[in-house]
Amino acid sequence: MTIVTENQTATDLKSIAQDLVARAMKSGATAAECVIREGDEFSTLVRLGQIETLKESGSKSVGIRVFFGKRGASTYSSDFSREGLDRMVKSALELAKITSEDPFAGIPDADQLGQLTCNLDLYHEDVYSLPGPERIDYARRAEKAAMDFDARIKNSEGGSFDAATGCKVLANSHGFVGEYRRSYCSVAAVPIAQNDDGAMQRDYWYSVARTLKKLDPPEKVGKIAAERTLRRLGAKKAKTAQVPIVFDPMVSSSILEHIFEGVNGDSVYRGASFLAGKLGQKIAGDNVTVIDDGTMPGGFGTSPFDGEGIPTRRTIVVENGVLKSYLLNTYTAKKLGMQTTGNASRGLAGTPGIGPGNYFLQPGQKSPQELIGGIKEGLYVTEFLGHGVNLVTGDYSRGASGLWISGGELTYPVEEITVAGNLKQIFFNISEIANDLEFRGSVAAPTIRIDGLTVGGE
Amino acid sequence: MDKSRFFFEHYGLSERDLERYLAAALSAGGDYADLYFEYLSSTSLMVDESMVKSASQGISAGCGVRVVSGERTGYAYTDDLSSERILHAARTAALIASAPAKTPVAGFQKSAARSLYPVALPSVDAEITAKVELIMRADKAARAYDPRIKEVRASYADELRNILVVASDGTYAEDSQPLARMNVSCIAKTEGNSARGSAGGGGRVALDFFFGDKNPEFFAKEASRQALLQLDAREAPAGEMEVVLGPGWPGVLLHEAVGHGLEADFNRKKTSAFAGLVGKRVASERCTVVDNGTMPWRRGSLNVDDEGEPTQETVLIEKGILKGYLSDKLSARLMGIADTGNGRRESYEHIPMPRMTNTYMLAGEDNPEDIIRSVKHGVYAVNFGGGQVDITNGKFVFSASEAYMIEDGKVTAPIKGATLIGNGPDVLTRVSMVGNDLKLDEGVGTCGKDGQAVPVGVGIPTLKVDRLTVGGTARKDTGGFMQ
Repeated sequence: MTIVTENQTATDLKSIAQDLVARAMKSGATAAECVIREGDEFSTLVRLGQIETLKESGSKSVGIRVFFGKRGASTYSSDFSREGLDRMVKSALELAKITSEDPFAGIPDADQLGQLTCNLDLYHEDVYSLPGPERIDYARRAEKAAMDFDARIKNSEGGSFDAATGCKVLANSHGFVGEYRRSYCSVAAVPIAQNDDGAMQRDYWYSVARTLKKLDPPEKVGKIAAERTLRRLGAKKAKTAQVPIVFDPMVSSSILEHIFEGVNGDSVYRGASFLAGKLGQKIAGDNVTVIDDGTMPGGFGTSPFDGEGIPTRRTIVVENGVLKSYLLNTYTAKKLGMQTTGNASRGLAGTPGIGPGNYFLQPGQKSPQELIGGIKEGLYVTEFLGHGVNLVTGDYSRGASGLWISGGELTYPVEEITVAGNLKQIFFNISEIANDLEFRGSVAAPTIRIDGLTVGGE
Repeated sequence: MDKSRFFFEHYGLSERDLERYLAAALSAGGDYADLYFEYLSSTSLMVDESMVKSASQGISAGCGVRVVSGERTGYAYTDDLSSERILHAARTAALIASAPAKTPVAGFQKSAARSLYPVALPSVDAEITAKVELIMRADKAARAYDPRIKEVRASYADELRNILVVASDGTYAEDSQPLARMNVSCIAKTEGNSARGSAGGGGRVALDFFFGDKNPEFFAKEASRQALLQLDAREAPAGEMEVVLGPGWPGVLLHEAVGHGLEADFNRKKTSAFAGLVGKRVASERCTVVDNGTMPWRRGSLNVDDEGEPTQETVLIEKGILKGYLSDKLSARLMGIADTGNGRRESYEHIPMPRMTNTYMLAGEDNPEDIIRSVKHGVYAVNFGGGQVDITNGKFVFSASEAYMIEDGKVTAPIKGATLIGNGPDVLTRVSMVGNDLKLDEGVGTCGKDGQAVPVGVGIPTLKVDRLTVGGTARKDTGGFMQ
């Protein structure tokens, strides 16, 4: 195992990043920004009780973005030799000559840079603390709990345990330098259930956390995975109909992601979003409040600074149905004559994109059972298939499976159906929001009910 | 430079080193070990608002070591190609086995040279100004197409992947794999209405490919045409109906409906809805489906797969009967079937698994016009976005981005994008007509599986499916139940 935890190494990465920025500036760049990513991963998959794969490794890569005035370009490399780094900087400087003068291009102004200094609780060494055999056992236990749950669970794609740590370093020519480490661990089970007629269904469940202490026991994960799989057995098609639809939290977050794409500054300035130009207007019902918060301790979307060195913050995106803010990085903010919201996401190469912090739909009061209880005939969606969403027009059409609601209760499973509508109406038609908000990633939403969608089936 | 000696010249590797690394990988036993060296250089450019806003280049290199013991796989990789780090990775991967050391076979068997993409100058090494010219021309052509085209983004990306695969069974293969692609996306706007269109293409080609028929103007016009068409699109219907798929990219149907379900790993584990169906009827007798990694210049083609095995043409379904699966070394050995050369991986950081190359249906005898004429009420879908499949229950979707109503045998109004959903093991049994117009896609497909992305190709002739569920919003003309 090659776990790099020594602070020494982190400091070295910071100085490498600062040195590369300095080298670019010495060669005539008017601004430069360097990012270094280092990570280690461990993963194991156990299938039918036997280890199927064990993987462990580490990697490191570096990217630089340089500007000559209003022209910018970027390069990246996994080669940290002196020669490799020199070539990377030189190529970036060369490449910047062929790009266009863009009046809005550049790194952020110096006075906007900064980082949160409080303990954000993002890194726990304990994700690697388990001895090898116990890690494998985590995976094995998750799968076993699923397999033992019911005789109809006859096969499995396995149980898994994953752990990873990563370090991000950013430095720029205004003197900004920052770094942070994050850890991650997860346990999952993917059981397969079979009916007497041979028809198979598969589903999954997982727990993910920044520390082992917060990871659910593998037995709990396996049991939920089994329950989710079993309830799909014997699924049939539904009739084509317009009925109320309840979104399980595993799929309601996708609705929130569509709002995210709609308020993404990059789509907004191009007029490529159905929410462009809607600032200050109602885009959803009064019950809808959406928040992006990159500062929540321990959060999956938390970081002390964004991909450009801007401190992260809390932004109210939608308040009681009114669109309050787009989510922006420096470039898109300048294009729109606004201020960045600290949502820059920076890969190794290319211009920064826009990414969420901890982005969520404010929960309501009712329990998910109360939401379902209020529906005579309807659909409870547990899974979507495909990506049939057009963010320019808002047209929405996705493959789905779930459970049919009849008389306020979940009855039989349904599959091979579609759910269609238009996002412009969908947000107004979120008629109820439950109280079960739980973060399983950086985007989260509770159970919601949406009316007016068309279910396509027989 | 002799490209076949790439890693020897760049990293001072010798065959003696390779033997030493493989011996370390088998130091704790194991049935098989391999090393995958990769050196990838890439370029990407984007024009937006008629400005070259983004330009980037990069290099990534590394080595992945795999040790297989029975059904178990140990894997480790390094992005540092020093002897010390590769040996460390080899010993880490070796931890999967726990038996006395084994010895790799002596001497490597170099795979026969083959050249499906003999580019004189890989596009990554071509003048960057020529690539800039391509995307600027695309921008200009799209804007000139119609004043309603308001936003244009054109991008160009290429890469050159040098690989060396050696294995304890004597496998030794090298390849230099170029890949280039350009894309144009645009938005058409009128008062109160907007729509998008996109088009792109490429392959394992040199830069001159984009100065021929498939030039920037070709893709720009196609993207613009689609955007304008969508401005007038009406609601798509909902429910089951007859669907005619146009030739080419709609072949994504095959990729999702049958391709993934026929990958050998799922069938070895019996997690695929197609498990145990070899020799059985899974399609109408009009359907013959192949996966072919040997087509010159194609995006999904490879001289050798990522396990060093030559790719081939594999018949998956012959006249409706399931003939076999797509396999890699592991599944071939464990299932006792032939290795079809479909072991692929995204990069040195990934474990190879069975993947598709170019998957298509052979042409039939029907005239495409007759196929349309045979439909009373249905949908004619000619362009698609992506798709997805649940290989266990067989349900698959693919999303139409350009489609029309067919009414009384005639193609009528364009309809909005809609998802089509069906069941893999029986959708092809409902294919009642197969056109004589087989076409492959333009070279834009990327397939994802277990978080690994690889380039692929798809194709079909015009097809008629008697019954498929269309996920629109409009009430069907007849029948249907609305609450």
